[in-house]
Amino acid sequence: MLNTHLRTLILSSIAVTSLSLPVLANTSPSEKGAEIAKEWDARDKGFGDSSANLEMVLENRHGEKSTRVLRIKTLEMPDSNVGDKSLTIFSKPRDIKGTAFLSFAQILEPDDQWLYLPALKRVKKISSKNKSGPFVGSEFSYEDLSAQELKKYNYKWLNDEACGELQCSVLEQTPAYENSGYTKMIVWYDTAEYRQQKIDYYDRKGALLKTLKFTEYRQYLSKFWRAHNMYMVNHQTGKKTRLVYSDYAFQTGLKGSDLTKRKLSKVR
Amino acid sequence: MADFFGNVAERYAHWVIRWRWLLVFATVIGAVAIGSGAQNLSFTSDYRVFFSKENPQLNAYESLQDIYTKTDNIVFVLKPNDGLVMTQKWLDVTQKLTVESWQIPYSIRVDSVTNFQNTVAEEDDLIVADLVENALSLSESQINRIIATAQNEPALADRIISPDNTTTAIQVTLQLPPDDMIALNSAVEYAEKMAAEIQAEHPELRVAITGLAPLSNAFPRASMLDMQTLTPIMFGIIIVALIGFLRSFSGTIATLIVTILSTITAMGFAGYMGVKLTPPSAMAPTIILTIAIADCVHILVSMFHEMRAGRTKHQAIIESIRINMQPVFLTSFTTIIGFMSLNFSDAPPFNDLGNMAAVGVAAAWLYSILFLPAFIAIIPVRVKQVKTDKIEAMDRIGNFVVANRTKLLVSMSVIAIGMSSLISTIELDDRFVEYFDDSIPFRVDSDFARENLSGIYQVEFSINGEDSGGISEPVYLQNLDKFAIWLRAQPGVVHVNSLTDVLKRLSKSMHGDAEKWYLLPDDRELAAQYLLLYELSLPYGLDLNSQINVDKSASRMTVTLDNVTSGEMRSLADRSQQWLLSNAPAHMVAEGSGAAVMFAHIAHRNIQSMLIGTLVAFLLISGSMIIALRSVRIGLISLIPNLVPAAMAFGLWGVLYGQIGLASSMVAATTLGLIVDASVHFLSKYVRARRERGATAEEAVRYSFRTVGKALLVTTAVLFLGFAVLSQSAFQVNSDLGLLTAITIAIALVVDFLLLPPLLMLLDRKKSYTSSPLAAPQAAE
Repeated sequence: MLNTHLRTLILSSIAVTSLSLPVLANTSPSEKGAEIAKEWDARDKGFGDSSANLEMVLENRHGEKSTRVLRIKTLEMPDSNVGDKSLTIFSKPRDIKGTAFLSFAQILEPDDQWLYLPALKRVKKISSKNKSGPFVGSEFSYEDLSAQELKKYNYKWLNDEACGELQCSVLEQTPAYENSGYTKMIVWYDTAEYRQQKIDYYDRKGALLKTLKFTEYRQYLSKFWRAHNMYMVNHQTGKKTRLVYSDYAFQTGLKGSDLTKRKLSKVR
Repeated sequence: MADFFGNVAERYAHWVIRWRWLLVFATVIGAVAIGSGAQNLSFTSDYRVFFSKENPQLNAYESLQDIYTKTDNIVFVLKPNDGLVMTQKWLDVTQKLTVESWQIPYSIRVDSVTNFQNTVAEEDDLIVADLVENALSLSESQINRIIATAQNEPALADRIISPDNTTTAIQVTLQLPPDDMIALNSAVEYAEKMAAEIQAEHPELRVAITGLAPLSNAFPRASMLDMQTLTPIMFGIIIVALIGFLRSFSGTIATLIVTILSTITAMGFAGYMGVKLTPPSAMAPTIILTIAIADCVHILVSMFHEMRAGRTKHQAIIESIRINMQPVFLTSFTTIIGFMSLNFSDAPPFNDLGNMAAVGVAAAWLYSILFLPAFIAIIPVRVKQVKTDKIEAMDRIGNFVVANRTKLLVSMSVIAIGMSSLISTIELDDRFVEYFDDSIPFRVDSDFARENLSGIYQVEFSINGEDSGGISEPVYLQNLDKFAIWLRAQPGVVHVNSLTDVLKRLSKSMHGDAEKWYLLPDDRELAAQYLLLYELSLPYGLDLNSQINVDKSASRMTVTLDNVTSGEMRSLADRSQQWLLSNAPAHMVAEGSGAAVMFAHIAHRNIQSMLIGTLVAFLLISGSMIIALRSVRIGLISLIPNLVPAAMAFGLWGVLYGQIGLASSMVAATTLGLIVDASVHFLSKYVRARRERGATAEEAVRYSFRTVGKALLVTTAVLFLGFAVLSQSAFQVNSDLGLLTAITIAIALVVDFLLLPPLLMLLDRKKSYTSSPLAAPQAAE
């Protein structure tokens, strides 16, 4: 689940047509934004399931670092009105080793979440409307990391501009769900492969809060792009978090029956 | 040698008169050019400015804030005058204000009774939600449940909600760019606007605003208020004093121009040096106005005296410059040394004040010998005949002192020693809320908040665990809990915020909300996993990062205090550290820090740093006295009238007020430079009478009274009034400094008149000075 917002499905057949995407002369900015987002979503369809290791490096203003390590398994739900399912298993720090987190993403409702606490040997359902707080103390909120379903946002195209060596479309995305920590996000999609390159997050008072940069994109199964390095800087507190992904695997045979509350206490 | 100086001064005076037009224009243009730097001046709005970069308390606090979140905050305190605040209506208002508080510029966190993240167990679900939702539709039983939860929650009771449910607070944490007055202002003004709007909508609700951001914002407000009120009063006093004493319109105008030019020069200099104005440095104009007139008065008095004796105006100017060149330079020099010694202070605003005042005094000296004679040479001057009654009065004082010298010596010595010994009754106290008087809303609101709910004096501890993730270790948590319990039992402690309360609540919620599970997890992994679960449930801005560091190896303990004295605060910080030393593992030992702790140490720390500064100033000033008077013996005798007044003033202060803070460290050095002027004048006359006229000590004392007594009375009165004006400052450090300096100056004159002469008659019995090779006519007049 933690990386599905990266999914930038590239179906080579579509890729060819995408270069000649019908850009209507008189589309409104919101239609154009929705088109681009749809393309981003479409290119990640069909990955089935994936798993990856993730290292989170938290850094405070002093440069003091702290590391978390976890493994994420994601199962794609083909129905676009149903969010993906994901399982996160913590391995570091050792105090939370074996803690497993199961999430069924929803579109506009809060996600269903369960946490297995090995020390308590119990599964607890987390019932909270508002999960915009930091994920394990990092600068990523659960909101940033959870499945970025297409219908969670309203889109507006702002402009096209250069982003590094690439050309990007810049979209303004406003959360369509309640209790977001943000008023808006500005997202840069490269026009070549429709991958997110950069996101600016704006807080409740409309001030720039964080910037996320995606680097080290690699393609899997000749289709699916995944960034292996994501760097979030909090402009207000000066704190930073880097996510480093490794050991990506796709279509490992993960089934819906593996991702249930009952199975949660048995995952390793 | 003196003739040489006299000749140089005379030639200089001729030059000034010759080039008078040029000099008048050049000095005015020069002063305005330097003064234009004043447009670079701005007010600082950060309470941290009172602490140098090396200040250990500041550094301790900064590193604590680097580990967790910043502590700059704005606190709204709400109290309806119709009783309970825990009602549908007022909870709704609180909720709306909570939501709106996220709009305050630079806000990163808002805590209130409504958005408190309450945990409730329902079967195997952990429900984390706002304590108050849809306030207007709450039933009475729901409200009662909310009250019970809030009053049983250590994080809320006595901090966010008062025990009698009549007062509640909304805490807004800010992440402000450092020392950015515009940013700070925008946040505080936004909050003030919110408060005003609510108050307009609900006149029966009292809304107070306190916190560290309003504190910082109160400094520039106090500075501006002072500059707007005190400087005009000072001008008024100067004009009245000058007209009364000089009885010359031209002289008054000339003196006013010199004082204004001096002030402009000093402020312009400060602007070019990048000084940011603080309440202490905002005193500089008033101080410079006060001191700058002394030079002019001495030059003008001599000049009028010569004119009355029949000389032309230009001749009188030349003669006045000749005899005043040296003493005016000497008194300015000693005053500059006194102010420059403030650079030893650990509080940068006083370094600025010292340098600005020193530049102002130097400028006053320069303009007194450049602009003043040139200007007076241009404008018409009329001299009125002055009655000599005051001189006769001075003669009588002189005779009285000579006649009663033994009695005076004994009684003055007893008084001086007695008063000085009362210094021990002074208690050092720096409570930053009390720094401001009731004309500053921050003071009124902070008092209101403290009386009805909770104060803003806090002591904070960052308590380390043994290793990464160590905050979950049962031994750590148990010790932390014992520490919290111990702290809560200490006098003056209103509230303690501890991580252990969060874990106890989670433990309870993880066990079906059973009260018996309100205890600390006894397993490290269990505690860590509880925290993980809790963190996954929290909304934006209400995370645990303000209480736990990123490595989960340390947690923050925040102790809120009532209106305790600085001494009690230091004592609590010390006892806390001692408690940790003797009861907890070594890694848990921590030092208490916080804004209040920084101010609690500021006076001690500045007294230490100013001891050296005062000693250096004392040595330099005494050295220049000995050189100027050309007598080691008289120079040494002068130490007594120069040292005793400050000691006596402190003793008097101890009896009258008892408490003093930061101001105390500055008074000795600054007053030394000022009070020495009176003894310079008195002694130079005395020495002159002894040397030139072969007078006995008794005759010389009478001569001093006759020639210089009245001038000293007037200059002392002006200085006294000038600093007494400062005692009206809205900022307590300034008013203390002003009043204590005024008292010292007044005592100094009494000592110069009643103790110094008997001392001279006792210790300087040598028959005559005429054999002295230095017995040349003195320039000091």
